[in-house]
Amino acid sequence: MAKPLIRARQLTRVYRLGGGDVHALRGVDCDIAQGDYVAVMGASGSGKSTFMNMLGALDTPSGGELTIAGQSLLNRTPDDLAKFRNEMVGFVFQQFNLLPRTTALDNVALPLLYRGMPAARRKARAAECLKMVGLGERMDHHPSQLSGGQQQRVAIARALANEPRILLADEPTGALDSKTSEDVMDIFDQLNASGITLILVTHEADVGARAKRRITFRDGLIVEDTQ
Amino acid sequence: MNPMAAVSVALTALRVNALRSFLAMLGVIIGVGSVIVMISISQGAKAAVDAQISALGANSLQVRPGSSFRGGVRGGAGSAAPLSDEDVEALREQIPYVIAAAGIIQQRGLTALVDGVNWSTEVVGAHPDYFFVRDWAIVEGRAFTVPELDGAARVAVLGRTVVNELFPAGGAIGATVRINGVPLEVVGILTERGQSSWGQDQDDVIFVPTPTMRDRLAGFARAGVRNPVQSIWVSVDQARNIPLATEEIIDVMRVRRNIRIGADDDFSVVNFAEFIRARSETESQLGLLLAATAVISLVVGGIGIMNIMLVSVTERTREIGLRLAIGARRADVRNQFLIEAVVLCSAGGLIGMICGAIGALVVESLGQFAVSIEPTIALVAIAAAAGVGILFGFYPAHRASRLNPIDALRYE
Repeated sequence: MAKPLIRARQLTRVYRLGGGDVHALRGVDCDIAQGDYVAVMGASGSGKSTFMNMLGALDTPSGGELTIAGQSLLNRTPDDLAKFRNEMVGFVFQQFNLLPRTTALDNVALPLLYRGMPAARRKARAAECLKMVGLGERMDHHPSQLSGGQQQRVAIARALANEPRILLADEPTGALDSKTSEDVMDIFDQLNASGITLILVTHEADVGARAKRRITFRDGLIVEDTQ
Repeated sequence: MNPMAAVSVALTALRVNALRSFLAMLGVIIGVGSVIVMISISQGAKAAVDAQISALGANSLQVRPGSSFRGGVRGGAGSAAPLSDEDVEALREQIPYVIAAAGIIQQRGLTALVDGVNWSTEVVGAHPDYFFVRDWAIVEGRAFTVPELDGAARVAVLGRTVVNELFPAGGAIGATVRINGVPLEVVGILTERGQSSWGQDQDDVIFVPTPTMRDRLAGFARAGVRNPVQSIWVSVDQARNIPLATEEIIDVMRVRRNIRIGADDDFSVVNFAEFIRARSETESQLGLLLAATAVISLVVGGIGIMNIMLVSVTERTREIGLRLAIGARRADVRNQFLIEAVVLCSAGGLIGMICGAIGALVVESLGQFAVSIEPTIALVAIAAAAGVGILFGFYPAHRASRLNPIDALRYE
């Protein structure tokens, strides 16, 4: 087997709180291959979100090893991690997290701003991404002028803007009705088919059913891993 | 992120909250505006004082008779024995610091007549040195000479206002002016002086030789004194010799007036420049106080900016989390908010400067103060406003940059 894109060994995460330590991850071993489509499932507090944050370099492990695309994510500076996120990962959030009073096009172009890309190229690339998610006609709309499903598609376009190797989605359909959830999931299916590694956190079984692989967390450990 | 993109991000954020941005700026606008007004007024006042002092003539002193004190009754000012041409000579000859001295006799309300046109004005009998002492140049023609003085010649030097009134069509030099029926030949015209610090028109005056005034025009006579004058103006060679010269003038005058040791002077030596300076000292201290108040209002404006930036950072916590998640470095976030604060303050500074300049002109047009608006002050004010932005914007910006991306994203 080829070297996995993501390799986690004995990954732990301890939060020090006033009332004592909380062990969110207790030694997770996991490999995820390039091009995989993984649903991360589990009850709230099971550690699935913490695991996702680790993969997205938003949070740093307390112990163990985590290597993504050959880079270890331990002992990196905040700016290093920012660069990693900008180049490797695209995020899709449950609440979309679009900038209000900012056009869809500018929202999508935002990650490219932090890459120092010139304005004209940013706009061209953002337009391309919006067309990919079927919003080529609504580039100048503000989030408030878009439906929930459309907003989530803008967020997906933003996640794609910097051509990430991994797309991380945290409950991407959690704020959508079932019809628009379908649309969004169709886009994810297509993106995975085009080769992008897709990892999404969900507690909805039908969303999880679309993935090639389901990882279930409980009490900070992986308890089930089905291909 | 390149700087241009950073500025454009900041401008976008400010435009999104235009009203709040304006309200946040208001403190800085008022601060900078009041700094500009205060500095303009105090600069203007200083310029006015300088003009008044230079109108007195460089290093000039005035000697005038004081009050008499006889039989327990204190007379009014000038009731003591008058000064005379001989006193003038003594001061000029005996005190090395005195480079010029001139006795004068002034009288207001004399009527000057030219071809049926009349003008009531002040007539001053003076020694030609007077023009030197008062630093008052002849713009046309000449001053009268010492021989003309000695001969009580019928000549006159006119102030600008008198020329304008009596000779609206020009041709004053060589013309004849009659005062109290005495024909005087106009030999010179003085440069324009404008209003004095007491609001009097200094150019509404006719100068004639002292004896001409004394003997031909006004009949100025005082019992027991030959060739009396009302007051004496002297010019001291250097500013630093003024205190010494004052002492020597007092010594010479006491001897000449037979004042016993221990008795009070019955004359006084007045340094008008010192008067004006003392008065303007109070004014400039007041100006300093007002400027300090203005600086305080600028600081209060800065605190307002800091407050609004802290609110803005809190309000946009999720936005900050998102920016961090998609690859903004800490410096990118810090600069974004710092630039917003600096843009706010600089814009406030610019608007404040314009308001301040308008305010200063309004103050001037109300006639209360002379103002002087200097471009360097305006630049300093804008730079100070931008500095306030950096100073008070740094903490909120720093706080924004230190947010943890996960906590920020989850912030409700």
